[in-house]
Amino acid sequence: MSKEKEGLSVDAFEYAAPQNLQDAVALLAEASDEARPLAGGTDLITQMKENRHSPALVVDVKKIPELNVLSYEAGLHIGAAVSCTQIAEFEPVRVHYPALAEACALIGSYQIQNRATLGGNFCNAAPSADAVPPAVSYGATLVIAGPGGRREIPSEDFFVGPGQTVLEKGEVLVEIVLPPPPPHSGAAYLRFIPREEMDIAVAGVGSFVQLSPDTRTCEQARIVLAAVAPTPVRAKEAEAFLAGQSLDDTTIAQAGELASQAASPISDVRGSAAYRIELVKVLTRRTLGKALERAKGEAS
Amino acid sequence: MAEYSVIGTSLAKVDAPERVTGKATYGADLDLPGMLWAKLVRSPHAHARIKHIDTSRAKALPGVKAVITAHDLPSLPKGATAPLVGEVSIDMSAIREIVMASDKVRYHGQVVAAVAATDPFIAEEAAGLVDVDYEPLPVVEDVLQAMQPDAPLVHEDLHTLEEATQERSDQPSNVSTHMVYTRGDVEAGFTVADAVVEKTYTTQMVHQGYLEPQACAARVEPNGRVTLWTSAQGHFTVRTQLVTLLGLPASQLKVVPMEIGGGFGGKALALFEPTAIVLAQKTSRPVKLVVSREEVLRATGPGAPAVITVKAGATKDGKITALTTTMRYDAGAFPGSPVARGLLVGLAPYKLDNMVAEGFDVLTNKPRVQAYRAPGGTPAAFAVEALMDALADEIGVDPLTFRQKNAAEEGDTLPLGMPLNRIGLTEMLKQIETHPCWTTPLEGPHRGRGLALGYWIGGSFTSSAEVKINPDATASIFVGTVDLTGTRTTISQMVADELQLDPQDITITVGDTDSAPFADLSGGSRITYTMSAAAHQASQDVLTQLKERAAEKLKVSVDEVEYQAKRFRAKNDTRNEVSLSELARESVAWGSGPIIGKGSTTRMQPAHAYAAHVADVEIDPETGKVTILRYTCFQDVGKAINPTQVEGQIQGGAVQGIGWALNEEYIFDNGELKNASLLDYRCPVALDLPMIETVLTEVPASEGPYGLRGVGEVPIVPPGAALANAIYRATGTRLYELPMNPERIFWATRGNGTNGSPGTNGSGGA
Amino acid sequence: MKQAIELNVNGEPHAALVDTRETLLDTLRYKLGHMGPKEGCGNGNCGACTVVLNGAVVNACLVFAVEAAGADVTTVEGVAAEGTLHPVQQAFIEHGALQCGFCTPGFIMSAKALLERNPNPSEPEIRLAISGNLCRCTGYDKIVRAIQAASQALSQTA
Ligand SMILES: Cc1cc2nc3c(=O)[nH]c(=O)nc-3n(C[C@H](O)[C@H](O)[C@H](O)COP(=O)(O)OP(=O)(O)OC[C@H]3O[C@@H](n4cnc5c(N)ncnc54)[C@H](O)[C@@H]3O)c2cc1C
Ligand code: FES
Ligand code: FES
Repeated sequence: MSKEKEGLSVDAFEYAAPQNLQDAVALLAEASDEARPLAGGTDLITQMKENRHSPALVVDVKKIPELNVLSYEAGLHIGAAVSCTQIAEFEPVRVHYPALAEACALIGSYQIQNRATLGGNFCNAAPSADAVPPAVSYGATLVIAGPGGRREIPSEDFFVGPGQTVLEKGEVLVEIVLPPPPPHSGAAYLRFIPREEMDIAVAGVGSFVQLSPDTRTCEQARIVLAAVAPTPVRAKEAEAFLAGQSLDDTTIAQAGELASQAASPISDVRGSAAYRIELVKVLTRRTLGKALERAKGEAS
Repeated sequence: MAEYSVIGTSLAKVDAPERVTGKATYGADLDLPGMLWAKLVRSPHAHARIKHIDTSRAKALPGVKAVITAHDLPSLPKGATAPLVGEVSIDMSAIREIVMASDKVRYHGQVVAAVAATDPFIAEEAAGLVDVDYEPLPVVEDVLQAMQPDAPLVHEDLHTLEEATQERSDQPSNVSTHMVYTRGDVEAGFTVADAVVEKTYTTQMVHQGYLEPQACAARVEPNGRVTLWTSAQGHFTVRTQLVTLLGLPASQLKVVPMEIGGGFGGKALALFEPTAIVLAQKTSRPVKLVVSREEVLRATGPGAPAVITVKAGATKDGKITALTTTMRYDAGAFPGSPVARGLLVGLAPYKLDNMVAEGFDVLTNKPRVQAYRAPGGTPAAFAVEALMDALADEIGVDPLTFRQKNAAEEGDTLPLGMPLNRIGLTEMLKQIETHPCWTTPLEGPHRGRGLALGYWIGGSFTSSAEVKINPDATASIFVGTVDLTGTRTTISQMVADELQLDPQDITITVGDTDSAPFADLSGGSRITYTMSAAAHQASQDVLTQLKERAAEKLKVSVDEVEYQAKRFRAKNDTRNEVSLSELARESVAWGSGPIIGKGSTTRMQPAHAYAAHVADVEIDPETGKVTILRYTCFQDVGKAINPTQVEGQIQGGAVQGIGWALNEEYIFDNGELKNASLLDYRCPVALDLPMIETVLTEVPASEGPYGLRGVGEVPIVPPGAALANAIYRATGTRLYELPMNPERIFWATRGNGTNGSPGTNGSGGA
Repeated sequence: MKQAIELNVNGEPHAALVDTRETLLDTLRYKLGHMGPKEGCGNGNCGACTVVLNGAVVNACLVFAVEAAGADVTTVEGVAAEGTLHPVQQAFIEHGALQCGFCTPGFIMSAKALLERNPNPSEPEIRLAISGNLCRCTGYDKIVRAIQAASQALSQTA
């Protein structure tokens, strides 16, 4: 084992827990060495123990009020430090964004969900992040604050590569905003893991469909794939194919085939590339089916 | 047989209260004043020559008190051994290399140095500052490749031992031992068969998965004696090994057993204790060594994988006519795989008139395997029981009937030669016939039911117990066997019944090597079995002493004294009596003297344990994932001293076997373990499982006061084949490789590859 | 780098000087003497270190001690009230839900938290609630039964 991988020890660092956003941004922007925000720590602390990250400064963002917002008015606002448990239990999320509630309840165990945040799930930028595909499929926007002020970006443009995002030095993710779901829409997220719990997705698919007012055809679809590319990816060909189609077994199966073409997985200890491609087809079919039911109001 | 009031009841674990309140003290819970923290330096290569180790940078770090390498351990003559249990001994020169490599590392993560520092962070940093210069060597990872003549040699000077002749091969080789057992005429047997099936089965390296990482602490006392605290399966065994390894006389070493957070065979060897002691000696301060989960998985010694070929023939009426098997077990980097046990376990359920059983103990650049619950049994039973299922299918006999027609019985000879004493296999199979888990139709698509047998030769070896009567007419038991499976409770139950005491009036202590009577290590399903004899003896000894005192008081001869309900009476005059309380009180009064009973047993005959598991599964045909719908374990336990504990043993063992069958495996890349975490080494979680039903058969064992058999090992044996056979009935596809994870099933059911995914080892591995 | 923190453990105030690298688990065990929570993996995978932090079960191995400044922590040592075992602890003993016991402190915390948010959980709900806790000895059967029994015992007293 090289030094980078050895044991469970963390390199020395300084810890700060600012009470407001300005201070957090200032601390992060002015740090001379590597500095990192800390939310639930379920990714960062593990990575620090494995010496995959050795920040000299850790800025705990859990005390910042803006990052603890959880409200539903003209859309859903989720502060970046809100825990997955809080999200999954928030009534408006369960009612209007069930796919997000389900994904938040999938992450690790209860112990993990009580710490883990949606902000951390985004910022960690693991291709396998479970809460990202449903959030992206609902059309989420990310609000970012930095030394240069605030900016908003579409959630799907956030990722650059495994563990890499568009965040610049000193920037903090403030909140994730989901638009109100349009009428006759529905979404679902499913992942495949070998066990029933406590596994990282071998593949995951989040699907969102919006139907025509008569619910006969699909007006718009968004399909987001997890763990099958360097970043979460949208299966745009499949989405384009579905627009204007009636959703039946045949079109759904075709969408699955098309979605799998957007996947460019690797083989690793969790599964081979070939298997992941097959899983994308299955999960796309299953999530589209469930999203369709929800859009028609047949399932919760 | 006598009537018991405590034996046979599910007395709550006597030591449970301290465990549910967090008060029980395990190895890592020890905090000694002035204690240093040790950290091990491990090899980043699976095979390399150590050219040079420079410890100067590590030593210079403030807070570092000592850095040691293999040179700081006493040297050992090659081939130095120490007894492990019974007649089994271990090569201590190999253990020394595992403790700390001297000239060559033979697996990834092998220890090359150790540091002791004032806090764990400094120790960790110092470990990173030990500079080791390696010359990497070619790695051999696969057991079949290792057997090729041109394979890289794990040991340049190792020559194959031919077990029958005790001769060594001329050429060095990675095969450390070759063994063959034959009986009858297999050619003739195959000729008369109506069907013959031959298949090769593969299993992967797995880990015992005990939840507590190894932990120990050592302190040199002012008089120079060493005290060692360790959570190992046998503190006397650890002491014996340390005597050889460190050249310390046994009298200079006190080993204190800590509570142990699971072992399953993996905590029998003294792999960390020598380092803690040498560091304590060097620094004159207490030193604690706790390994991380990653180290546990990488390099503590997992369970052995195997490649097993089985060929068997049967006539149409369902009789096996011949069987041959070749079992190749991977020992890792030093000899000692459980291949002989594999041959025994695989074949023991059957009457075999014509048989050839061949075994190879093979070395690779992987961690040296250690025992894992019924060592060697699970791979063997996976192969044999899956093949038997296929053979039964081939001749059109149902799998249960096929087993019944060929089941071994008392008087039959086991494959490795020993005759069977009383066993309950036939009775157990009879119970399956009418049990709902077998008779209830399994409806619905993609579902199937599988059956498989298991066997374990119960362990024996030395156990001792002392029983004392306290002045308040209660009893204290003192033993030297570590409690892994609830033996404190079962021993207490036995003594309670023997002395007719309330279990509340009994305490039991596991003593250290200075104070407790000698005992071999805990493992191999031997403790409850052998302790039953030792505790019985000690209790009888106590009763004899008490009766002698009573006789004196009652003025009758000893034979005329009977004991009942805490009173000793003259048989012919029941009013002439003295209470246990009175005798107990007097035992500490002047002149009378304490009452201490002793019991010890060394060589009991084996109490053979048989099991059968029935599994119902459903497969998701689109992903290959298995859901277990129902799982039932039948087992001949002889006599269940504590039914709840027996069930717990069976359920725990079965679930370990289920994990091995479905998801657990070591994934290597050039000798480096790629899934060294409990996230990617997938032990079953609660949601993966149904309730595990247990059905106990009680056919008393031939020896021992209560007829009990060891129960802990055999439940891990059948799950691989029970699930493989169920998956076959659900999908029409037979799997020949464990684990049968979703991806492997996915490709196998699509006829892709032999049973793996394209290119990789079923789970990727890139 | 050291920081002074104060926190309540099982209702008692404590102060400790902690290294920023220390986890809450390290501090509880080695600074405050609460050896009940165990380290089985140090990575959030086994649940042996489960404690309640400000009302929610967490893996103490994945919280820095400095994050717990000012917090209320309950460990397994704080579950029995004045010497009386909690119904979950009682049920674990009666139903043989532990063997080696190393996982038990974590399971007790998860089970207690489950019954507080859902007094009558179904078997799948119980299995889900304890899926962040590994047990290698029992196969979970008796743990699930113990939690079912504790749920009944609690509903009778309630
Ligand atoms: C045992 C276990 C199981 C897990 N299972 C799953 C699973 O099933 N599915 C899944 O998706 N994940 C899983 N994870 C990963 C992890 O829990 C999630 O990714 C979680 O959402 C991360 O959130 P966090 O708040 O803990 O992030 P942290 O660890 O606090 O942060 C993660 C990263 O984001 C950065 N960051 C955090 N907040 C901000 C911010 N506001 N602005 C800028 N950067 C920020 C940090 O610097 C860090 O680099 C698991 C982890 C563990 C330990
Ligand atoms: S030690 Fe914290 S989860 Fe395993
Ligand atoms: S009782 Fe040993 S790990 Fe659960």
